[in-house]
Amino acid sequence: MSNILDSKIPEGNLNEKWTKYKSSVHLVNPANKRSLEIIVVGSGLAGSAAAASLAEMGYKVKCFCFQDSPRRAHSIAAQGGINAAKNYQNDGDSTYRLFYDTIKGGDYRAREGNVHRLAEVSSSIIDQCVAQGVPFAREYGGLLSNRSFGGTQVQRTFYAAGQTGQQLLLGAYSALERQIGMGQVKMYSRHEMLDVVTIDGKARGIIARDLVTGKLERHFGHAVLLCSGGYGNVFYLSTNAMGSNVTAAWKAHKRGAYMANPCYTQIHPTCIPRSGDHQSKLTLMSESLRNDGRIWVPAKKEDAEALRKGTLRPTQIKEEDRDYYLERRYPAFGNLVPRDVASRAAKERCDAGYGVNSTGEAVYLDFFFNMTEKYGRTEATKKGIENPSAAQLKEFGAGVIKEKYGNLFDMYKQITGVDPYEEPMQIYPAVHYTMGGLWVDYNLMTTVPGLYALGEANFSDHGANRLGASALMQGLADGYFVIPYTIGDYLADEIRTKAISTDHPAFAATEKDVEDRIQKLLNVKGTKSVDHFHKRLGKIMWNECGMARNIEGLKSAIADIKQLKVEFWSDVRVTGEANEFNQELEKAGRVADFIELGELMCTDALERNESCGGHFREEYQTDEGEALRDDVNFAFVSAWENLADGWKLHKEELKFENIKIAARSYK
Amino acid sequence: MNWISTFLKSSIGKKLLMGLTGLFLCTFLIVHLTGNLQLLKHDGGLAFNTYAVFMTTNPLIKFVSYGLYAIILFHAFWGLYLVAQNRKARPVQYAAYDGKANSKWSSRWMGVLGTIILAFLVLHMWNFWAQYKFGTVPYTQYERNLATGEVSFSPFTGEIKGKMEKFVDNQSGLEITIVKDLYIVVADGFKAGWLVLIYIISMAALSFHLVHGFSSAFQTLGVNNKKYNALIQNIGVGVFGIIIPILFAIMPVYFLFLN
Amino acid sequence: MKINLKVWRQKNNKAKGELKDYKVDHVSPDMSFLEMFDVLNEDLITKGDDPITFDHDCREGICGSCSMHINGRPHGPLAGVTTCQLHMRSFSDGDTIVVEPWRAGAFPVNKDLSVDRSAFDRIIASGGFISVNTGNAQDANNLPIGKEQADEAFMSAACIGCGACVAACKNASAMLFVSAKVSQLALLPQGQPEAKMRVMAMVNQMDAEGFGSCTNTGACSAECPKGIDLSNIARMNREFFSANLLGK
Repeated sequence: MSNILDSKIPEGNLNEKWTKYKSSVHLVNPANKRSLEIIVVGSGLAGSAAAASLAEMGYKVKCFCFQDSPRRAHSIAAQGGINAAKNYQNDGDSTYRLFYDTIKGGDYRAREGNVHRLAEVSSSIIDQCVAQGVPFAREYGGLLSNRSFGGTQVQRTFYAAGQTGQQLLLGAYSALERQIGMGQVKMYSRHEMLDVVTIDGKARGIIARDLVTGKLERHFGHAVLLCSGGYGNVFYLSTNAMGSNVTAAWKAHKRGAYMANPCYTQIHPTCIPRSGDHQSKLTLMSESLRNDGRIWVPAKKEDAEALRKGTLRPTQIKEEDRDYYLERRYPAFGNLVPRDVASRAAKERCDAGYGVNSTGEAVYLDFFFNMTEKYGRTEATKKGIENPSAAQLKEFGAGVIKEKYGNLFDMYKQITGVDPYEEPMQIYPAVHYTMGGLWVDYNLMTTVPGLYALGEANFSDHGANRLGASALMQGLADGYFVIPYTIGDYLADEIRTKAISTDHPAFAATEKDVEDRIQKLLNVKGTKSVDHFHKRLGKIMWNECGMARNIEGLKSAIADIKQLKVEFWSDVRVTGEANEFNQELEKAGRVADFIELGELMCTDALERNESCGGHFREEYQTDEGEALRDDVNFAFVSAWENLADGWKLHKEELKFENIKIAARSYK
Repeated sequence: MNWISTFLKSSIGKKLLMGLTGLFLCTFLIVHLTGNLQLLKHDGGLAFNTYAVFMTTNPLIKFVSYGLYAIILFHAFWGLYLVAQNRKARPVQYAAYDGKANSKWSSRWMGVLGTIILAFLVLHMWNFWAQYKFGTVPYTQYERNLATGEVSFSPFTGEIKGKMEKFVDNQSGLEITIVKDLYIVVADGFKAGWLVLIYIISMAALSFHLVHGFSSAFQTLGVNNKKYNALIQNIGVGVFGIIIPILFAIMPVYFLFLN
Repeated sequence: MKINLKVWRQKNNKAKGELKDYKVDHVSPDMSFLEMFDVLNEDLITKGDDPITFDHDCREGICGSCSMHINGRPHGPLAGVTTCQLHMRSFSDGDTIVVEPWRAGAFPVNKDLSVDRSAFDRIIASGGFISVNTGNAQDANNLPIGKEQADEAFMSAACIGCGACVAACKNASAMLFVSAKVSQLALLPQGQPEAKMRVMAMVNQMDAEGFGSCTNTGACSAECPKGIDLSNIARMNREFFSANLLGK
């Protein structure tokens, strides 16, 4: 075991680690904070929260985002909610239970210490957000409302209709803007980080490109925080925003930061299916819909065929001819099994020939039963109607459904042209989140001193599968409540470091590297667009490193990606010039990095001879088709070091001292 | 008092002035209409002329009327200033702009409608106010039988002090009023069809101006409540957009056909 | 479907722009408007031409990046959607579509259809927040807020900051955007301590950015993809009056 992978988890009892750490971590006094500069890359939940909180503490912060405003970071698109162990519903929730659910949900591939800390600070996040004016859903009594999400048996998810991510991000954004207004944060919108500058082995700044003028800029920082999100767009089609990319994290990786568990990808079960080759991205339908939607396919193959041809409507299929396969396979959790389980089950049914749309890649998410029997009947009772008609039940129930999910239903209709109040939704899994990311220790520091990774950009809390409503929790936990403490541990030793001039040779050399690469991209002057290569990469990744992987597929994928890389650098056409607003050039740089990442993901997936969470190796499954973990040989974090001629694997052993490691069952 | 100028320089302060003066002018319209409706009485203009004298001699009314002129001018020129300012906020215009898709025609043309009304006011003041004040307006003697209420009138060629003299002749039982006859100026003026047409067009402009302006002023004042929005909207359209402009427009038409 | 386009092309902020004609064949009715632009750009790249620059990111109607003025209307002919949610089934074969950037002095053009909306950020920075440092908060349920009030605040908070309100307004006024934030925070008890300062600062910044003033045409709300209501503007006016006239 290489000792560079020291996770620095504090000693002591699990539930005292963080408290003790906070009381003993090095502090930086207020006067010194004023002369310490911190660079934050990314302005999503983690980035905005970190930039705002650190600025409030007195640090000088520079924040960068490639979007035209920090408010547009992709955290904004999260729909369903945010978990917190408040136990407001009196249903037995606790910090331990949230911790336990997260570890189990992550298929026992996350660090106990980090996850417990996450569960501990979860409550404070809700308090902080409410204080900022985040309009969470409330009950008539004025108290906060909760709903349940996959992988849990309590109601601990706080939400703001189907726009929770938006409201949380706008809260963090407002805190960030407040600091910008006060001059504590200098904001660089429409700037993309293109490299990390290291001096004497420590991260000391970044090279960023002003996306409007094309000018390269050098920025110094005593520490650099990467809050740049996940890399789901390596699959081309995903629920990520078009701009979401791995470039910041990948450049850090190239400068010495290890990439951990890159093959752990979350395929979200409830997305709107693909409609054709022109598709540029996939749209998620919130997991919260599984609270009231029942997932099914026809029990008879001939019905499925008729549905695919369009000669049969789903509403014509009788109750006994429907296969509610999640309820059948997992009676305890039913439609609320974790995402990886639900996704694989959908794939299994579709592969077996029961898919319901023209591509054969869709299952139904049906609200009819809950709309009429659950909500319709309750509403009828409230109105004092004893024997409501079917039409009345539907009318009353639709009202309740509209209240809960109105915007999602509208969005579905907008995209597909089908009214989900009348017909069940069609859904299919799509790439949604990447649990893997830069390896970080308990302080959220990567293997490069002074370089941190927060939120989806790091690997730390979700193991091999993330539970619903936990990404928002982790992003904000990292930004608001973890980094403000842990960064002191490093910066306390940096108070004597004066700001380094950006004329330093390391800045010049790194800038030269960036410039050379830009010129190289522009000078290929090939025949195919950047998107052409991106789509091809996506197809390889989806087919061979998607919901199910196997040894042959992964090997061929690695060979294909290597070939694709050669083709890219000899045949890509990047139009325009370096010194102007050039979206093709931006894309080209990102896709070049995705290609390299794709190879590493396949390498990681090939190396991990087990099935866990989002990583399902076909060779390793039970007779019933469930994932088969190998805790003897694979209870470790794979951390990949970038070398000139490939990658070197380092292993961080995972110790489970407070939780009994067991087969994950939702039956 | 720095805060007042700061407040009035703000975009919201500026439009508050438009809203408040606009609403004031709306109330003026009601007063003006009530007075002018005297024109439709069959008394040869006695009531109207008496009203005209009252309006131009009562010190309080005179004082208010100067305020009114000031407010009309302010509302007009402040509005034009705001239009100019608002145009500056979009230095490059759209090649395609589909305003009708998202807003009512009247709301987008307030500046133009207001300018038509301003031009009309100049004409209107020239037609009647200037004539009354500076022109040669004949005097008429009205004789009202106190017992029957019957009124007869004839031109008066002598001289009186001021604009009106009024006394009762006990012998004949007549109330005699000698008064500067604005009524005849009005009646003569509206013999011209083109002028009547201009008046009708102007009242149409006024109608559209108020259909938007009345309710808009409430929105500017911060009054937007689901309970009352319909009421405000209905008064804006019904009273200020339809009833008032039509009643105003009836007068020139009445004289056109009366003659 | 075949679509004819007239698209605003402008090299950079300083350059003069013009509408240029393009033809896109093989348009599927299931494509989003932006996917149709992807097809066009792919075509332009193959021909060696400069593809059209336009802002877009999430493509699911929430990030507020996309900003096309389509046939005279921000985000095109449908109500309640952003450009990325507009699908080609809303157009007919052979249609000619005029596409321009948002037009406002406060939103200078960066390139082609991309404009600089940082004025919105500066308005938020001037006061669109509640001053609460991380870690200062009390327990969330210590502050009950009635459901109706919370829902109303949420409706105001739904603004995505896309700028369609400014683009639609004949005066390029930003009142709907500013009032949505003022309203959200004015409706919540947490927002009260700074309410007066907030509205004064935000209106002041809005004016300084060069947006026009509101003449209550209602175009902003009609075109808002999130249906932000005009009552927000009335509320902001009230807040502004009370801050100026009744404050200290």
